[in-house]
Amino acid sequence: MTAPGAPVAPHFRVQRATRTSRTTVVLGVALLAGLATLPAWGESSTMRLLIQFFALLAMAQMWNLLAGYGALVSIGQQAFVGIGAYGLFVFTDLAGLPVLVAIACLAAATVVIAAVTSLFAFRLRGGYFAVGTWVIAEVFRIIVTNVHELGAGTGVTVQSLVRMPAADRLALTYWLALGVGFGSILLVTLVMRSRLGLGLAAIRDSEVAASGLGVNVQLTKRIVYVIASVGCAIAGAVVYVQLLRIQPTAAFSVDWTVKMIFIVVIGGLGRIEGPIVGAIIFTFMRETLADCCPAFPSAYLVALGLLMIVIVVLAPRGLWGLLTSRWPISLVAIRRRLVSRERRS
Amino acid sequence: MVWVNAVIQGILVGGLYALLATGLSLSFGVMRLVNLAHGDLGMLAAYLSLAIVSVAGIGPLESLVVVVPVMMVIGYLLQRSLLNFTLRGEVLPPLLVTFGLAVIIQSGLLTVFSADSQGLNAGAIETASLGINDQIAIGWLSLLTLAVAVTILVALQLLLSRTGLGRALRAASDDGEAARIVGINNRHIYGVAMAIALGTVAIGGVFLGIRTTFGPADGPARLIFAFESVIIGGLGSLWGTLLGGIILGVSQSIGGQISPAYQVLAGHLVFLAILLLRPTGLFSRPGAREA
Repeated sequence: MTAPGAPVAPHFRVQRATRTSRTTVVLGVALLAGLATLPAWGESSTMRLLIQFFALLAMAQMWNLLAGYGALVSIGQQAFVGIGAYGLFVFTDLAGLPVLVAIACLAAATVVIAAVTSLFAFRLRGGYFAVGTWVIAEVFRIIVTNVHELGAGTGVTVQSLVRMPAADRLALTYWLALGVGFGSILLVTLVMRSRLGLGLAAIRDSEVAASGLGVNVQLTKRIVYVIASVGCAIAGAVVYVQLLRIQPTAAFSVDWTVKMIFIVVIGGLGRIEGPIVGAIIFTFMRETLADCCPAFPSAYLVALGLLMIVIVVLAPRGLWGLLTSRWPISLVAIRRRLVSRERRS
Repeated sequence: MVWVNAVIQGILVGGLYALLATGLSLSFGVMRLVNLAHGDLGMLAAYLSLAIVSVAGIGPLESLVVVVPVMMVIGYLLQRSLLNFTLRGEVLPPLLVTFGLAVIIQSGLLTVFSADSQGLNAGAIETASLGINDQIAIGWLSLLTLAVAVTILVALQLLLSRTGLGRALRAASDDGEAARIVGINNRHIYGVAMAIALGTVAIGGVFLGIRTTFGPADGPARLIFAFESVIIGGLGSLWGTLLGGIILGVSQSIGGQISPAYQVLAGHLVFLAILLLRPTGLFSRPGAREA
């Protein structure tokens, strides 16, 4: 017997994991382990393709966190790709740190930069936030173009990594890319399972209702913005461990964000699986269309742009959304479900 | 005296920025639509003029007789066939669709016209100027651009305040649902607004093409300047957009006078400062809704 007034144990509990999600974890770990052995037996061209794939996947996951979960449409995430690239140069060449430590340092620096940037960007909402973030990225580009120590308009080469043997550097970049690719999926999963993610989901459904229930809307969005920016900076740094040559126009190019948007929207906005599907389609279309019509090198962008417009108008949940509307599966355990507690006698 | 000159030249460039920004301001005001392809549509107009000039052998200013109606038709059809379907009250669809359009237009221009810089040649007016003294000269072309910008703004103001179409536009802007209840065809009105928006950006694009050389990838930069003019001036205010364009022009001109490297940066910094100090813009209409 419970005493009157004592809290009664509820007859239900919150459950997230499903049989599918447990299978995903097992298969994901197996896939990661298998892919990690690739430098021992794979072609270097395969590794280069996968480096690009996983770096783009990580950036797209970050953009999905912003737009899909936080309703923050940014066209300025290239700012953080560029900051990651130049951060790599500053912390390896200028500060003389090893690559991994340099990446940790630039991530920490990006936290501060993103927090300051948000002071300006968060003055704007909706479409104006989108263009405002773009202006901020342009400001970063112009500033870097005028700093002599950062190579000004011509750019810099990361000298400390040039000296590394090519095969070693490729393997290192590959493992780093594998890390940011899988890491980004894990990060978004953890964020969405946390209290922060619950707040985000509430904001997505109704900002007014969320703030009425005690969610700090502005703070939640700002934290998401900082997380997504740091993620982009790390992925950008990894890309430039492979490229080595950093130029301001390329590192701060809006093309980075174009790719992120295409991948997320085509795959499925607001779902962790979306960017994975989108990144596969993006990589496939770029590789095939580049080969078929060399006279029209931007054909894949036109094709992806058209595909994106069709998807936004006809299937706003993306290809993954189309798939799951027919076969309702969720590979990642995010959704909270109430399950009645089994009675014990 | 060089500083006075910088300010005067900045004011004149402001006219061009206002021309390029008016359509962005209008489509936001009427449809709450931030058109990310706005700058690229302006460049499309410049290339359209280039094609007409080379085929018909007329000057770029005369080509406006064809370019403006063509762009207006494109605007109407674009709104009716595509953009209307994105206006479901959510933030993302219109942004994503216009962003996709921007990428398609840029890639299309690059394929058809190559990446080479082009220019529109308007003849003697390009270099003719009104000499005030030996250090200050006002170019006739810049003066004409500013005059055209002011004329268009006056015409738009009259259209909005005096005509039945203007009433319908304002009604659709204030409350789309209520406008439909009183019998206004919103879909058509939005189409008309986009037609006017693209008509103005077409004029802006052609004047830009006469003033400087241009390439297929210039759209985003134009969008950013137009956007800055709108925000500096304040959302929902047409005259604010003109003043915003002028403030942006003067900031860039003064920045460029300090060092050519700081021209664009100075404009961005003034924009960010206004964002921080007065986020609603300098001349925002009271009660103008945010994006």
